[in-house]
Amino acid sequence: MIPAAFEYTRARSLADALKAAGTRGTKVIAGGQSLVPLLRFRLAQPSVVVDIGHLPQLQGIKRAKQGTVIGAATTYRDLLDSKLLHNTHPIIAETTAGIGDRQVRNRGTIGGGLAHADPASDMPAVVLALDAVLTLQSRRGKRSVPARKFFKGPFATAMKKDELLTEILLPFLPQGAGTAYESFEQAASGYALVGVAAVVAVSGGAVTHAAVGITGLADTPFFAASAAKLIGRTPNKEILRAAAAAAVEGVSANEDIHASAEYRLHLARVAVRKALTTAAGRAG
Amino acid sequence: MATLFGSGIKRREDPRLLTGRGTYTDDVKLPGMLYAAFVRSPFAHARVRSVETKRAKKVAGVVAVYTGQDTKDRVNPVPCAWNVPNCDLRTPPHPLLAYEKVRYVGDAVAMVVAESRAAARDGVDLVDVDYEPLDAVVNPEKATGKEAPQLHADVPGNVAFTWKVSGGDPAKTFAEAAVKVELRLLQPRLQPTALEPRAAVATWNDAMGQLTLWVTSQNPHIHRFLCSVMLKVPEHKIRVVAPDVGGGFGSKIPGYADEALVCFAAMDLKRPVKWTEDRSENYKVTIHGRDHVEYVELCGTKDGTITGLRTRVYAGLGAYASTAAPGIPTILHGLMYSGPYTIPNIEGTVYGVYTTTTPVDAYRGAGRPEATYLIERLVEVYARKIKMDPVVVRRKNLIPKDKFPYTVATGITYDSGDYQGALDKALGMLDYKAFRAEQAKARKQGRYLGVGVTTYCEICGLGPSQVAGAVGFGGGLYDSAVVRVYPTGVVRVYIGGKPHGQGEETTFAQIVADEFGIPIENIEIVAGDTEATPQGWGTYGSRTTAVGGPAVKLAADRVKEKAKKLAAHLLEASEADLEWKDGKFVVRGSPDQAKTFGDLALMANVAWNMPPGVEPGLEASAFYDPSNFVFPFGTHICTVEVDVETGRVKILRYIAVDDCGPQINPMLVEGQVHGGVVQGLGEALQEIAVYDEDGQLLTGTMMDYAVPRASQMPKIETASTVTPSPVNPLGVKGIGETGTIASVPTVVNAVCDALAPLGITHIDKPLTPATVWAAIQQAKGGAR
Ligand SMILES: Cc1cc2nc3c(=O)[nH]c(=O)nc-3n(C[C@H](O)[C@H](O)[C@H](O)COP(=O)(O)OP(=O)(O)OC[C@H]3O[C@@H](n4cnc5c(N)ncnc54)[C@H](O)[C@@H]3O)c2cc1C
Repeated sequence: MIPAAFEYTRARSLADALKAAGTRGTKVIAGGQSLVPLLRFRLAQPSVVVDIGHLPQLQGIKRAKQGTVIGAATTYRDLLDSKLLHNTHPIIAETTAGIGDRQVRNRGTIGGGLAHADPASDMPAVVLALDAVLTLQSRRGKRSVPARKFFKGPFATAMKKDELLTEILLPFLPQGAGTAYESFEQAASGYALVGVAAVVAVSGGAVTHAAVGITGLADTPFFAASAAKLIGRTPNKEILRAAAAAAVEGVSANEDIHASAEYRLHLARVAVRKALTTAAGRAG
Repeated sequence: MATLFGSGIKRREDPRLLTGRGTYTDDVKLPGMLYAAFVRSPFAHARVRSVETKRAKKVAGVVAVYTGQDTKDRVNPVPCAWNVPNCDLRTPPHPLLAYEKVRYVGDAVAMVVAESRAAARDGVDLVDVDYEPLDAVVNPEKATGKEAPQLHADVPGNVAFTWKVSGGDPAKTFAEAAVKVELRLLQPRLQPTALEPRAAVATWNDAMGQLTLWVTSQNPHIHRFLCSVMLKVPEHKIRVVAPDVGGGFGSKIPGYADEALVCFAAMDLKRPVKWTEDRSENYKVTIHGRDHVEYVELCGTKDGTITGLRTRVYAGLGAYASTAAPGIPTILHGLMYSGPYTIPNIEGTVYGVYTTTTPVDAYRGAGRPEATYLIERLVEVYARKIKMDPVVVRRKNLIPKDKFPYTVATGITYDSGDYQGALDKALGMLDYKAFRAEQAKARKQGRYLGVGVTTYCEICGLGPSQVAGAVGFGGGLYDSAVVRVYPTGVVRVYIGGKPHGQGEETTFAQIVADEFGIPIENIEIVAGDTEATPQGWGTYGSRTTAVGGPAVKLAADRVKEKAKKLAAHLLEASEADLEWKDGKFVVRGSPDQAKTFGDLALMANVAWNMPPGVEPGLEASAFYDPSNFVFPFGTHICTVEVDVETGRVKILRYIAVDDCGPQINPMLVEGQVHGGVVQGLGEALQEIAVYDEDGQLLTGTMMDYAVPRASQMPKIETASTVTPSPVNPLGVKGIGETGTIASVPTVVNAVCDALAPLGITHIDKPLTPATVWAAIQQAKGGAR
């Protein structure tokens, strides 16, 4: 497991980092939890690796007007420790606790994970359900892309070659919303066979907001738009079960040695139902 | 003085190992050392048209590149060392580097040697191999078919051997039996996954013609022999050192091409050479375990007496016959078809089959888990068919405790046992009746609880040597010890075995401390260096305590006898008047007339006043060859709840009652049971090596091969009964593999019991949620 030779440098500023992003043959590295395995298998052979993990501009969790803003290079560990996030978006800690192990969480970053866009990683489901907004920056400038338009395929995103992901904005949850993350892990990797994030708000016994993000099931994590049909209805067993079936309707599911497409679809229905049920239970 | 035998003291090796101060092979660094890396076939089966090394040789730091053409006349192939007789065994040559054909993904075609690991790895990318791909076959049953590609020119149908065992009159018994059950069982391949991958460092002293090899080995003396064969270097010119070894589970028994090639390069380049496997390489080229396709049948009476058992087994050997491979599905498997039961009529046929896959050899339990699994699955299905409680059926057929030694239909003789005792104890721990009541209640609520029981016995403590010879094992199966007492009364014990996690640095010192009445700190156990240790046959087959332990005891006895002679001489008393008390020889009736072990160590080593005719020094060696194998046994019980919506199996309780005779260190016994059970739970629930039709290993990394993790494991409740073995002077039996042997059928039985209301009788392991769910869907579909 020896990577091909490469040069390693640490970016001294965001400008450095942006320059690196725009240079051919150069890869940025944050926590290295996904990139280093690729290097070791020689599936990636950049000539230069520029470290952006330590840059203060890419770190931290702050309250902003529209919600909570997370720097892209914030580690999972910091997400777990954040009181602010516990209050505004408890689903982040709930999900993060199940990602990898302690070492992975100490180094791995939320931005690195989203940028890498592994179709079985957990956090994409969450940012989809929360309707997060991602800030992409290059030397040409900045732009905002909704999470729901970010994931384009397995390991493919809306980022241009010269762009970095710098911030993730999690809009405040609707009044009275509950959230939940439900996943079934692949026993070897611990990644999600299927992972589902749900946000449900209830008022006077009726659903006022419902959003579902699903990962692991298909070749791209996706937002299940049909969940919005729950609005105005009573979140009882039957209705949530039907919503779960609708959420995965027509999806072409992944198939591999760990699970058939049929089983993944089944698990997805179970996970959506459970996530919606838990989220609804937490709402109010 | 309190004895240490029987006391659960902490492992003496742990402070070193747990604080990172052990010395593993990869820690060995020699001046001027080079690094080797292998070019491995990406095809499961292909003709090698050419291997072009020019570009690789130009890489900065690359010192040499060797191909099969370069090495074939200078080295011998990897030998197979278990030539099981009477089965028409064919072991075609396994060249160290392939030059005509590659036969599995990972088969090495070239070796790059360079100044750094990185340069060697860079060189690998630039060796150009022209392959002509051929068809692959990965399933051992299919490989015997007419359509299957042939791996070796002189092995028609890819059948390496056809081995048979029989006893009684199975044909008549089956023809006349009132009840018959049959199953097709898959025992998938497993990837051993020792924490430390394999590694080798070799250095060659050209002036002396001496080779030193550090290697991750369970049996350095066997590796010395195998290297001597492969490299054509005489055995007395080879020193093999196995330093700390981080687990093996059988995978570090065989001789491999890799370490021999590292030696070859060191000899050719006259510089030390190191190679350390990475995990992906480990999964591809280090042996795999199991890989059986089995057709099995059992017959009996309507009231639960088992009368016959028959098998037809296709045992995958992989591409070549690894060192011990032919003996695993035959001697260590077929001879155990009676299990703990009195089954008078047995017949088994085992086909050893070559497939275009990684070679298969001994993996924890080696043959016995496969036997126990098929017996215990059959007993369960039989009990259900005659509508009897499976525990009642088992009890009815267990060999009674007053019948030992007991010769089973396959011809081997079990040493001792109290199978009912272990069963009763385990049932008591669970409260079997109460669980059945709970299960019935849960079923009414639509919950699926199950209980699985396994009563097992197994064969281990591999010896005696005479049997080894008779069954074609290419070596002895005695073991050895040298006990050397220093002038200051401290002791070193050199053993022929090579513990690599089992803890004999502790347990053997316990034996010696008791013998000499000295503190355990004064004793050191030395293993693994052929230069220091007497000829031994290694640590596998749960043999080191049962065979090496008595050797240690015998050598210590001899030292003590000599010390007693010296004490009598110094005390001017007759030996008959001396008694051993509180670590001293004392003249009976005169407590102040005494010599401690320390006194005698000094006097023997300075030799100022030896008895006439007695040599100076205080040391003795012993080679212990047991009179039989030993047969540990027990009962494991597991209760589960199956979530029929997702197929997920939750283990509610896991109970293991094992009998390995008197326990030198109960904590270590418990540790072995825990480790074995965990490994078995992995096998039962999630581990499987998967090849696709083209022979590509799809579980080539830990992202896809599901080794069990601590967080996935239940609490394991252990207990024991103690039935000494008459075979050795300590009465001990092996405990290294029982957990793996017993736990797999226990879990599968429990899950099948839980799902019985759905009409499910069998699901092939591993019982992943996906597999269980699919079985449930199928059963529901069938019911509709
Ligand atoms: C043992 C193990 C277990 C794991 N288990 C799980 C699990 O259970 N669930 C799960 O979801 N994930 C799991 N992961 C994956 C983990 O979540 C990701 O590896 C991690 O989040 C990636 O972040 P990083 O900072 O380490 O990224 P890096 O490895 O540093 O980078 C990954 C990729 O993203 C790019 N990149 C990094 N930062 C940015 C940025 N700011 N802008 C643009 N591109 C960027 C890099 O160039 C690279 O291509 C596991 C990983 C390991 C090693």
